[in-house]
Amino acid sequence: MTGAATADVTGAATGTTVSAEQVVEMSGISKAFSGIVVLKNVDFSLVKGEVHALAGENGAGKSTLMKILQGVYTADSGEIRVDGIPVKITDTFAARAAGIGMVFQEFSLISTLTVAQNVFLTAEPIERGFLISDRVARERTAAIFADMGVEVDPAAPLANLSTAYWQLTEIAKALAQNAKVLIMDEPTASLAKHEAEALFELIGRLKARGISIIYISHRMDEIYRIADRITVLRDGAHVLTSALSSITPAEIVEGIVGRKIDGQLEWRERAASAGRVPVLEATGLTSGARVRDVSFTLCEGEIIGLAGLMGSGRTELVRALFGIDALSSGSVKIGGKPVTIRSTKQAMARGLALIPEDRRSQGLVLEHSVRDNLMLPLLDRTTSGGFLNAQKIVSLAQTLISKFSIKVSNPTMAVGKLSGGNQQKVVIAKWLGTEPKVLMMDEPTAGVDIGTKSEILDMVRAIADDGKGVLFISSELPELLAVSDRILVLRNGEVVKNMVRSEIPNEEYLQLAIQGA
Amino acid sequence: MSTTTSVFTKPLSAVRRVDWRQNVIYIGFVAAFLLFAITLGNDGFTTPNNLLNIVRQTASISVMAVAMTYVIATAEIDLSIGSVAGLSSVVAAIAISHFGTVVGILAGLGVGLVIGAVNGGLVSLLKVPSFLVTLGMLGLVVGVARWITDSAPIPIADPFFNALFGGGDIGIIPGLLIWALVFVAVGALVMNKTKFGRQVLATGGNQTAAQFTGINTSRIKFTVLVLSGLAASVAGMLYAGRLQSGRFQWGTGDELSVIAAVILGGTSLFGGRGRVVGSLFGALFIGLVNNGLILAGLDVSQQQIIRGAIIIAAVALSKKK
Ligand SMILES: Nc1ncnc2c1ncn2[C@@H]1O[C@H](COP(=O)(O)OP(=O)(O)OP(=O)(O)O)[C@@H](O)[C@H]1O
Ligand SMILES: [Mg+2]
Repeated sequence: MTGAATADVTGAATGTTVSAEQVVEMSGISKAFSGIVVLKNVDFSLVKGEVHALAGENGAGKSTLMKILQGVYTADSGEIRVDGIPVKITDTFAARAAGIGMVFQEFSLISTLTVAQNVFLTAEPIERGFLISDRVARERTAAIFADMGVEVDPAAPLANLSTAYWQLTEIAKALAQNAKVLIMDEPTASLAKHEAEALFELIGRLKARGISIIYISHRMDEIYRIADRITVLRDGAHVLTSALSSITPAEIVEGIVGRKIDGQLEWRERAASAGRVPVLEATGLTSGARVRDVSFTLCEGEIIGLAGLMGSGRTELVRALFGIDALSSGSVKIGGKPVTIRSTKQAMARGLALIPEDRRSQGLVLEHSVRDNLMLPLLDRTTSGGFLNAQKIVSLAQTLISKFSIKVSNPTMAVGKLSGGNQQKVVIAKWLGTEPKVLMMDEPTAGVDIGTKSEILDMVRAIADDGKGVLFISSELPELLAVSDRILVLRNGEVVKNMVRSEIPNEEYLQLAIQGA
Repeated sequence: MSTTTSVFTKPLSAVRRVDWRQNVIYIGFVAAFLLFAITLGNDGFTTPNNLLNIVRQTASISVMAVAMTYVIATAEIDLSIGSVAGLSSVVAAIAISHFGTVVGILAGLGVGLVIGAVNGGLVSLLKVPSFLVTLGMLGLVVGVARWITDSAPIPIADPFFNALFGGGDIGIIPGLLIWALVFVAVGALVMNKTKFGRQVLATGGNQTAAQFTGINTSRIKFTVLVLSGLAASVAGMLYAGRLQSGRFQWGTGDELSVIAAVILGGTSLFGGRGRVVGSLFGALFIGLVNNGLILAGLDVSQQQIIRGAIIIAAVALSKKK
């Protein structure tokens, strides 16, 4: 069944002057999607055993460049060499045969199979001629995990595991195929801090084994922590490649956004300070096992940051407030009036909005156009006489697209084709369009580039200045500290600390509060 | 393992817990059996003959359910199987009367092969949803079967065919039971122990991921629909052998029983999970309920109502989170 396409590695090894340790060399790569150029003549090279960071704004073309290396897309022009030999990577098979492993976050694992079954999918160990042996697969998977220095149950069904384990499974899958190059596209976007830490240690071990890693990230601290070199793309073109030891963060940021920006992640006094009028009062909220007896008051114009580890109940709290999960006890007042919220529809009618954590599955209809997605919560405002008014829709969508500088060539393009960061902007724009009284945001800057991140934080500040209350969940402490007037720390579903921003001297203090040390 | 990174070492104890809902069919089967055995014991429910009859009557359903397990595991559906069974029975009957047993059997199988290939081709090449393709095919095939027979039954006077496909017993074991068991055994082995089975599950579990892993998902979908057509033609000949005639009505409505049996058996309608043995018990469960309701003296309409309610309840139970 394994339709065997193999990498065309037979091409003449011409006498180029590539140094022996150059594992991957992409030169002059160009790519256009239906006439729109996304990559222009990009060069990229990877040395054996290095961690090479790939940075750039949302839509700069990072993922596209890597998908070309993985055989998901084929370049319109340009050449790829693996170990100095030109290869034609026409499909994912050819990429694998050439030793390129992928750590996709979104689509390369089967949740209904077990960890070991995923690791050896299409390469199952065979016994007695044609029978596959899950036992052997489990043993080999366990050995791979042991080499990686992590412990994962190979027999566990993937559906029961969290993102961190999915990633480890992806990595193990690539290693099982003897990958010498691993591509990680924003691997920490959905990891908790300690999980990310563990991933970095693992990357260090892989590197020591001579495996090269391409690491796409928007987080500067991570890049400095683990990468040896960095390449920056802007608008589909190569901007710079440099060793991290000889480049400053400011230079990188300038390369990414094309101009100097500074201090975007610092606490800034807001135009209007938080008011005293409560807009949302929660008393004794309990829901499931993850939200226990949570009480707080959110005032008009106030931003409350929700801090905590993965699984501390932050997401569950906002889900319960928004009527997705049922409250088993507790009461909610909005604008001083007691309300019951049993559905998202009621929540919206009461002036709440939630920007969910996982944009792909919860925030967007991926096959629908950008415009349709933006309009979904606004349908009431775009009808006249019971019918949708096309003109209103077009103009309202355009307003949102330009207000949030969403990078899209045509509003009728399917949202799934936008770059990750631009998808996130669509989600935010969509909900701000509803003009809520209380806005809840769950990790709104995950996967968003530095420029956009500061735009989003400015947006959040502007929303609060407008008199709205904001609940802001983030695992990135600097941005939490940059926007919050108050920070609630959750642990095991309970509020363990409720601190005014000025009481928090620095990031370490908050980190300790979160970990409960 | 001294370098083990602490974060990833938490035990995954909760993970191995068996989900009883996936095995609800076995509980349901035993419960229904005991219920009927107690309440209908005096009406002859537990006699060996009656029990073997249940097996005989559900053999065709079981055979089709094995293939349907594959189809549903890839997140597709095949609604044409009942009509394919009917057409196979009449084509086999006609061919037997003209050209003999072997040609008859091949002709019957050919029906399933051709229709399965058309279904599979439309689904995998043209990306037409299988629901629509096979729904259309259902009507088309019934029409053909009626047309070539003038809606009349075609008797089969070939003792070897009738004995092979259903009539015969080996000792006290009905041949039909053997057919069903062979299909289930092969089906379960292929599903759980071969690359093909694994690729079927991967295709249904996450098609994009499967493609990215190098699985030709179009080919998998094509293959399972062909297998489903073939199984339906075998089922049709099992009807023909048992009832010694080919008739367009054989298999009418079976698609619903088969799908119910597969879902009851624990296969996910959303793909990615396929339980062949569960499907067998699903089919037996439906046969058991039919038989019990008849012995209890209910009329046809009452049977239909109760059967429908039981299926809905059982499926809901197996899905409830
Ligand atoms: N299949 C496609 N069809 C059309 N356009 C596409 C497709 N895939 C990507 N694009 C466009 O190509 C551009 C580059 O996208 P890409 O995903 O490579 O960006 P990125 O650098 O990874 O951004 P991010 O940091 O947001 O993930 C974007 O403008 C995107 O809309
Ligand atoms: Mg990207």
